[in-house]
Amino acid sequence: MIMLEIKNLHVSVEGKPILRGINLTVNAGELHAIMGPNGSGKTTLAQVIAGRDMYEVTNGEIIFDGKNLLNMTPEARALEGVFMSFQYPVVIPGVNITYFLKIAVNAMRKHKGLEELDAIDFLTFIKEKMRLVRMDESYLSRSVNDGFSGGEKKRNEILQMLVLEPRLSVLDETDSGLDIDAVRIVANGLNNFRSNERGFLVITHYQRILDYIDPDYVHVLKNGRIIKSGGKNLAMELEEKGYSWLEEEQPIEA
Amino acid sequence: MNSELQTIEKHISQEYKYGFVTDIDQETIPVGLDEQVVRLISAKKNEPEWMTRWRLKSYRNWIKMTEPTWANVKYSRIDYQAISYYSAPIKDSKKLNSIDEVDPEILKTYEKLGIPLEEQKWLAGVAVDAVFDSVSVATTFKEQLNKHGVIFCPFSEAVQKHPELVKKYLGSVVPYTDNFFAALNSAVFSDGSFVYIPKGVKCPMELSTYFRINAANTGQFERTLIIADEGSHVSYLEGCTAPMRDENQLHAAVVELIAHKDATIKYSTIQNWYPGDPKTGKGGIFNFVTKRGICKGNNSKISWTQVETGSAITWKYPSVILKGDHSIGEFYSVALTNNFQQADTGTKMTHIGKNTKSTIISKGISAGYGQNTYRGGVKIMKGAENARNYSQCDSLLIGDKCGAHTFPYIDVRNPTAQMEHEASTSTIGEDQLFYSNQRGISTEDAISMIVNGFCKEVFKELPMEFAVEAQKLMEISLEGSVG
Repeated sequence: MIMLEIKNLHVSVEGKPILRGINLTVNAGELHAIMGPNGSGKTTLAQVIAGRDMYEVTNGEIIFDGKNLLNMTPEARALEGVFMSFQYPVVIPGVNITYFLKIAVNAMRKHKGLEELDAIDFLTFIKEKMRLVRMDESYLSRSVNDGFSGGEKKRNEILQMLVLEPRLSVLDETDSGLDIDAVRIVANGLNNFRSNERGFLVITHYQRILDYIDPDYVHVLKNGRIIKSGGKNLAMELEEKGYSWLEEEQPIEA
Repeated sequence: MNSELQTIEKHISQEYKYGFVTDIDQETIPVGLDEQVVRLISAKKNEPEWMTRWRLKSYRNWIKMTEPTWANVKYSRIDYQAISYYSAPIKDSKKLNSIDEVDPEILKTYEKLGIPLEEQKWLAGVAVDAVFDSVSVATTFKEQLNKHGVIFCPFSEAVQKHPELVKKYLGSVVPYTDNFFAALNSAVFSDGSFVYIPKGVKCPMELSTYFRINAANTGQFERTLIIADEGSHVSYLEGCTAPMRDENQLHAAVVELIAHKDATIKYSTIQNWYPGDPKTGKGGIFNFVTKRGICKGNNSKISWTQVETGSAITWKYPSVILKGDHSIGEFYSVALTNNFQQADTGTKMTHIGKNTKSTIISKGISAGYGQNTYRGGVKIMKGAENARNYSQCDSLLIGDKCGAHTFPYIDVRNPTAQMEHEASTSTIGEDQLFYSNQRGISTEDAISMIVNGFCKEVFKELPMEFAVEAQKLMEISLEGSVG
């Protein structure tokens, strides 16, 4: 079943084209890895899916569950089940994680027509999820990402994914800046979360995390286009040879 | 990026909800100020000779003073001869014996403001004194307080019934020579609240005064005096609103607190005077207030908590003189300036006694074109062995047209002093809003979540009944219709 369909997506920032015709289909249950050198447009793709308004979509569409995402506000997309793990998670001083996530979870529940969780049920729920990413309970009283190390921030992103239970998760360089233990923890959290109903776009610069998660497809993004798609082997090939051997030989124009 | 900022701006421009005018017959004296007017006010209140003389001394002092210009606020000159210095509802000019005699229009006004004056309707455990323009119109729970020996009454009544206390303490913390606005207040003050807590008594309920300016072209000059005798304890809260008017209105109050040995005074303010037109900045209250407390005895404590969301201009520095050994002074403040509001606020902690301790937590929020200044002074005198101060000043900026300024003054004359000062400036950035949005949280909820998170250290100091109110008030002052 098709979950996400990106058709001929062109995106500019301040008049400068960044994405130049992306075509990508993600079915429920699939995990797609998107790899590419710096500046190829990986983060732009993630942010456009999430709805950041500094990007101008000049052409194309993004369909999620048959709905046109581009017409929706970022919060409406989130409520529909689109989650993005930020490459650089944002610090919100003075707002503790429990409070932040409780507002978010209850917004989701309200959207789904479910009753809001009270403080006690919510704590039970979140503590269980924290164990999955090996986060200590002391995090509950800390401000969102405030004073967190790089690894803590990324684990906190995965925690939020587990708590909000999105149908589509876009992970933007969730593995970058992590030591190997942290990569394993993050990958474990992700693997436990995979199911037939969920789809994933894992954006990464390195092949490393793909040793722990098993992608169904690997795509190479360069200069705003997907220049090559393949299976897991493609990632290994990239690790060996780098990106330079791939030329834009088969530009996929719509 | 710009559209995100526009959304923020939309959220922070909501209309003032308390801007209605009550239509009742009021007696307002002609504008202008001279000795005759001072005498007239005193006569209207049927004051004893000593009180009239004190007012006149204050007036003669005031005319020699000049308006201070050091504050970081801009406004056109106030014409002190264009203001009326006394206005009172006519029905109330005679003495009221019970709440049933209060003009129903006034009762309705307070009801509309969410302050019902009928005792059974009000929160149990809070006694209210309602000041309408220049006079106190009602005080609730008087009898119950009397049983404990607590005096809580309009200032004008205290002058009549407890002259010995008023004479002893009036001007003892803020003398009429103190500053321009305090001198003006001392000459023309109309009413306010008077509190006396006897030795060893823990006041059984929160005391609260609700100030309402109604009449046009009048100033409000109230005077509050709170005395906590040895070992006593009191928590007091004031709230304020005013109608929307195109002219600026002057509010120059004086508050004096006296804490004797082992006594504690907790004074909280939720100030929501009309801030002026959100689009043009026209009108609004000029809030020039002198608030000071003295920790007179050993082990006494004075704690100021203020939530300042209203007024076109706020100029106030609730301060503590730490005279007694081991005395404690605290200042917790949230000041919000939105649209064209300006605030220059902070505190002054003067350490005189040994082992005295002060804490300053100031949170300034600026939005729209708002300008927010923290001005704080900490002075450690020579004899203040082992004095300690902790100051923290945080500023939060919303949008890109507002400003935050911090002026801490520190004067240490004893080498054993320990001083700590922390300051921070942060913004509600579009990245924080986008991050919250991405988690399904609306922009409106995200802003109030961030603002409340920023203010929580101060809100937790408010009496419980009012902490929720303060939070709501912040939301009203910052949020608007979603586009």
